[in-house]
Amino acid sequence: MGDLTVRIAGVELRNPFILASGIWGESGVSLAGAWKAGAGAVVTKSIGSVPRPGYPNPTIETYERWGMLNAMGLPNPGIDEYPREIAAAREAGATVIGSVFGGDAQEFATLAERIAGTGVAAVELNLSCPHAEGYGTEVGGTPEAVAEIVRAVVARVSVPVIAKITPNSADPAALAVAAERAGARAVSAINTLRALAIDVTLRRPVLAHGLGGLSGAAIKPVGLACVWQIAARVSIPVIGIGGVRTAEDALEYLMAGASAVQLGTAVAFDGIEVFGRLSAGLSNLLDREGIPSAGAAVGLARGSAGASAR
Amino acid sequence: MREVVPVVERVQETPSTVTLRFDFAPVAAPGQFVMLWIPGDDELPMSLSYTDGPRKGVTVKAMGDTSRRVLGLGAGTRIGVRGPYGRAFDLSPRRLLVVAGGSGAAVLAPAAAEARQRGASVTVALGATTAPELLFAERFRAMGAEVVEATDDGSAGTRGFVTGPTARLLGERPFDAVWTCGPEVMMLKVVEAARSRGVPTFCSVERHMKCALGMCDACALGPFHVCTDGPVFEAGRLLGETEFGRFHRDPSGRRLPG
Repeated sequence: MGDLTVRIAGVELRNPFILASGIWGESGVSLAGAWKAGAGAVVTKSIGSVPRPGYPNPTIETYERWGMLNAMGLPNPGIDEYPREIAAAREAGATVIGSVFGGDAQEFATLAERIAGTGVAAVELNLSCPHAEGYGTEVGGTPEAVAEIVRAVVARVSVPVIAKITPNSADPAALAVAAERAGARAVSAINTLRALAIDVTLRRPVLAHGLGGLSGAAIKPVGLACVWQIAARVSIPVIGIGGVRTAEDALEYLMAGASAVQLGTAVAFDGIEVFGRLSAGLSNLLDREGIPSAGAAVGLARGSAGASAR
Repeated sequence: MREVVPVVERVQETPSTVTLRFDFAPVAAPGQFVMLWIPGDDELPMSLSYTDGPRKGVTVKAMGDTSRRVLGLGAGTRIGVRGPYGRAFDLSPRRLLVVAGGSGAAVLAPAAAEARQRGASVTVALGATTAPELLFAERFRAMGAEVVEATDDGSAGTRGFVTGPTARLLGERPFDAVWTCGPEVMMLKVVEAARSRGVPTFCSVERHMKCALGMCDACALGPFHVCTDGPVFEAGRLLGETEFGRFHRDPSGRRLPG
């Protein structure tokens, strides 16, 4: 059986399948449920300074074959309320990664310090939500902004800092390079792609917010390309995100250079059981391919003949 | 998935409750819900009050701002519908006690109708603030159910909460199951009364919802998601370590009592 254990920034994960931010993350009991279902780690909902209800519904539009569109609008109970949810997840033994979003470097640093104080294994910075005014991509869309935020956070926390970067940029890898230089210990890529759906009979966007973010199978090739380009330019671990639904999808990400992957949309389509299924599937797939471990698969496609590193 | 359809009929059921009928073909079972979109306003989870055939229906009570606006929708208004979602009532019990508070009768009526068609005996304890607000009393009677009423002001049936007649009925005769929907504190009392008699209870539970796909966690209820694990729960699953009857979450995820 292939060994599924991986290490990200010094944090050992029992398998490379991480629950992505925004999925099953409002309640600590739910995070614990994802852990019990077999997730290698769980990322919290992105937490801000104050409670935020998010956008009105509809917040979601689904496409059966290729994914979904969402504009949740960063709903979260705020940093004063949320630590008890993290405590509930940690009581269940979960490896928890705390996600935060801020409007500037100082807010990020304050939030990161507070969430680090709850005992999370790492902090993930949401520099990439594509549809929240004043947050996400709007504050983390340039290498300079990423560097400033990461630097401010790294100065305040001792746990590893993971920068979750946007694909809605001309050069996502440049954002990853900036994060690494500023002290990030890993990067997550990608967040959703900015996207829109219109109901032609009503002549209006379906989502209440209008613009949303696309996830699922449709963005897997985009995520892979970003990971591929990022891994060529940084030496810190990359966490691949975007359309992972099968063990083959995950192995593609590993071979492109990711050290782990995150799952979101797959949970909506296949249930939380997807974690157990993917771990078993990857183990079998590694055996079939003669690869001794998940770690040994990382970057395997990078040396292939004719492959452009960038 | 999502269909935009016109409201074909609007029925004023009580002074504060309206039924909207619309054509939505997907097969639904009593207890399931749809996400109903009022374009330009909001999208809400609503249990189907009519599940049989393509002409579905929802029955809405004026509670929040949006459900108030739903009441204003007339025939011809286009609405978005996606679903049906969630788990339905188990229709196998033969002797049923149905306990409905306020608009809870909306989800219980189609379930009771289906159970009656399958030959079950159905007794309904129906509660409301006042006589004109008793929802679906005639519909229950027309399907051959016995209806016992309770109103807060005593204008019909027993004065007081519906939990009074419920406890009495449970003491008087045997039931195979209790189905209930209404305010959570009411359901909790129904559950306790039925448990003391050893009768299993199935509750239709409400929580704030966003995705309805078991993903966003807005409707988390202890270890469950109301959208995919519910909305109908066997009460034993809700008692104990969970949040039923104790708190719910607002759209931000903050815990609020009640």
